[in-house]
Amino acid sequence: MAKTIEELRAIREKMRGQIDLRQKGEDNLRVVVGMATCGIAAGARPVLHAFTEEVRRRGLNNVTVGQAGCIGLCQFEPIVEVYAPDAEKVTYVNMDAEKAARVVAEHLVNNRVVAEYTVGAVEGLK
Amino acid sequence: MIRMNFVRNHVLVCAGTGCVAAKSKEIMDEFQLQLEKQGLTDEVKVILTGCFGLCALGPIVVVYPEGAFYSELKVEDIATIVEEHILKGRVVKGLLYHETVQEGSDTISGLNETSFYKKQVRVSLRNCGVIDPENIDEYIAYDGYEALAKCLTEMTPEAVIDEILKSGLRGRGGGGFPTGLKWQFAAREKSDIKYICCNADEGDPGAFMDRSVLEGDPHNIIESMAIAGYAIGASQGYIYVRAEYPIAVERMNIAIAQAKEYGFLGQNIFGTGFNFDLEVRLGAGAFVCGEETALMMSIEGNRGEPNPRPPFPAVKGLFGKPTVLNNVETFTNITWILLHGAEAFAAMGTEKSKGTKVFALGGNITNTGLVEVPMGITLREIVDEIGGGVPNGKAFKAAQTGGPSGGCIPCELLDIPIDYDSLISIGSMMGSGGLIVMDEDSCMVDIAKFFLDFTVEESCGKCTPCRIGTKRMLDILEKISEGHGTMEDICALEELSAHIKENSLCGLGQTAPNPVASTLAHFRDEYEAHVLEKRCPAGVCKNLLQYFIIPEKCVGCTLCKRVCPTDAIVGEVKQVHEIIQEKCIKCDACREACKKFNAIVKR
Ligand SMILES: Cc1cc2nc3c(=O)[nH]c(=O)nc-3n(C[C@H](O)[C@H](O)[C@H](O)COP(=O)(O)O)c2cc1C
Repeated sequence: MAKTIEELRAIREKMRGQIDLRQKGEDNLRVVVGMATCGIAAGARPVLHAFTEEVRRRGLNNVTVGQAGCIGLCQFEPIVEVYAPDAEKVTYVNMDAEKAARVVAEHLVNNRVVAEYTVGAVEGLK
Repeated sequence: MIRMNFVRNHVLVCAGTGCVAAKSKEIMDEFQLQLEKQGLTDEVKVILTGCFGLCALGPIVVVYPEGAFYSELKVEDIATIVEEHILKGRVVKGLLYHETVQEGSDTISGLNETSFYKKQVRVSLRNCGVIDPENIDEYIAYDGYEALAKCLTEMTPEAVIDEILKSGLRGRGGGGFPTGLKWQFAAREKSDIKYICCNADEGDPGAFMDRSVLEGDPHNIIESMAIAGYAIGASQGYIYVRAEYPIAVERMNIAIAQAKEYGFLGQNIFGTGFNFDLEVRLGAGAFVCGEETALMMSIEGNRGEPNPRPPFPAVKGLFGKPTVLNNVETFTNITWILLHGAEAFAAMGTEKSKGTKVFALGGNITNTGLVEVPMGITLREIVDEIGGGVPNGKAFKAAQTGGPSGGCIPCELLDIPIDYDSLISIGSMMGSGGLIVMDEDSCMVDIAKFFLDFTVEESCGKCTPCRIGTKRMLDILEKISEGHGTMEDICALEELSAHIKENSLCGLGQTAPNPVASTLAHFRDEYEAHVLEKRCPAGVCKNLLQYFIIPEKCVGCTLCKRVCPTDAIVGEVKQVHEIIQEKCIKCDACREACKKFNAIVKR
């Protein structure tokens, strides 16, 4: 079917979300899920999926979701780290899919760290 | 539950001709296999893409979002990458391009920080190695077809031509004629039928930039040709590609079919009433068919022979109608100029040569491959920095640009900023952008012979100076390299050069003497050594060589004696050996065999 200019631009918008992965912007947020054996055993894969799905659904072009090996705090897995430019790394622990969705909504979209999930809060409880 | 679309890694596998030859198809298949095995197929997208440029290190794979640049991969490596990197998130350092690995740190440097890419500016090749060339949507994602939409809806044809004029873009096919002017001439012709042609014949030995664009970014050519059609009032275009470039032809055909489906080719494009259609025409691989008048003869179904100009194609071209013919690389700049503006384009380059130029870097150089650099960069920067210098500790001797039409540039001239005019001023030319680096072991007479041999072979025979003159020059070069040359021969070469240049019908003959003339100008002493001393200083011309055994180094191991096919070496065990010159056929076997002691030399 012949496309109109509007349709051309709609395709572009749709595709941009998919290819942003290949452009490393300066102001990107990076979400890293610990995916060593310990992380995977503790349920890191659903967390990773939740992040990618949520980021995609919201069309957050400035976020990349990646993975890392063992972060070294195996008892707190699944662990997720969020790196933002000009900010301290935030480490979330004992993550699950629902918590992931909340981190996306609050931290990635609104730039408010979800304090209760962070490693600091959890360690403080003990 | 598996949800669609949560792709988190993109794996880009280079499918340029170089990497395909280096098994990138098998690598792609192995990725699919390993991803299936790990249950990762839904979250990882594997894409075949165009040339990344660093062909020396193929096959190349880039994994995003990390941007990990894996090089020289083997099929066996893929399982490791999938398991370690894609599944566990640990970049496999041992397989990365060494320049992107930072010692003692886990971060990998971006490609743009490596010396090969640092000084490059990607305009023409901007989508190569970035998009999937067989997917029109990916091209659209990178602003594809937006320039066409903008031209058709917001600009008059005159305004389009004006923009190209202002950009200062000159033809990348060799001649460097201002593209905007060429379009303007064709636009002013009154004719119901006009044509746009794209020259993708690319026959220079060593050049592969046009082919790589067709393989890596075919939609860019389609879009630019349609824009040219709108600018001059043409509704039909032809892309002339050599049949020897099958991957390019296949991707071009796929792209044309997709563009037709989306209505970016055909009738009433974007509902504006503008019609444009494209066809691929295959060339049979004759160098002369890259010359514009011969090319059009060939499209018409005639024997590919050049015609005198004028009339120029813009006035009387294909099927006798006004025609704009541009090179592939020229076209790739059109979309960029219309998207970013003529000023942005003109801000790059030198006063008279704007923008960038793609070079195919080859020969005795560490990083062979495709490089795109701003006009005005020096050859030294290209050779030493981007190219990584001459390998194996050898010294640089000369750089050859312009292929069979160009010349050899010596070390003393490496710091000249290169553009169309500076290259001509030193006896070479831009040509299509082949750049062959030669080290100290190259003989300039031999190089000149190589290119003359090529033109003799490729001369179409229509005009006498080219048909017979180049053959005579080759005969003389052969005589010199065999040690029978005289000083009169060198004068004859110079005289023939001038005549052939002056009197040939087309560019093929007019530039054919350049490789001889430029080596004579810059390396005359080397010719004279061949003639006067019967000596080839680089040790290449066999007839002028002799092999010797250095007595102090010879331990009498008899190895050389045993490998000599003509029993030309004599000597007893543990005694110094000797070569009987009359029997030696200079096959180099003894010297190879003596690598341990290096007791055998040629000079
Ligand atoms: C022998 C010969 C071979 C040529 N081969 C090519 C070629 O392979 N590709 C090319 O674009 N131009 C080639 N040219 C130059 C074309 O004649 C023509 O100038 C060019 O395609 C025009 O496009 P441009 O203005 O965009 O550079 C060749 C010229 C000669 C004389």
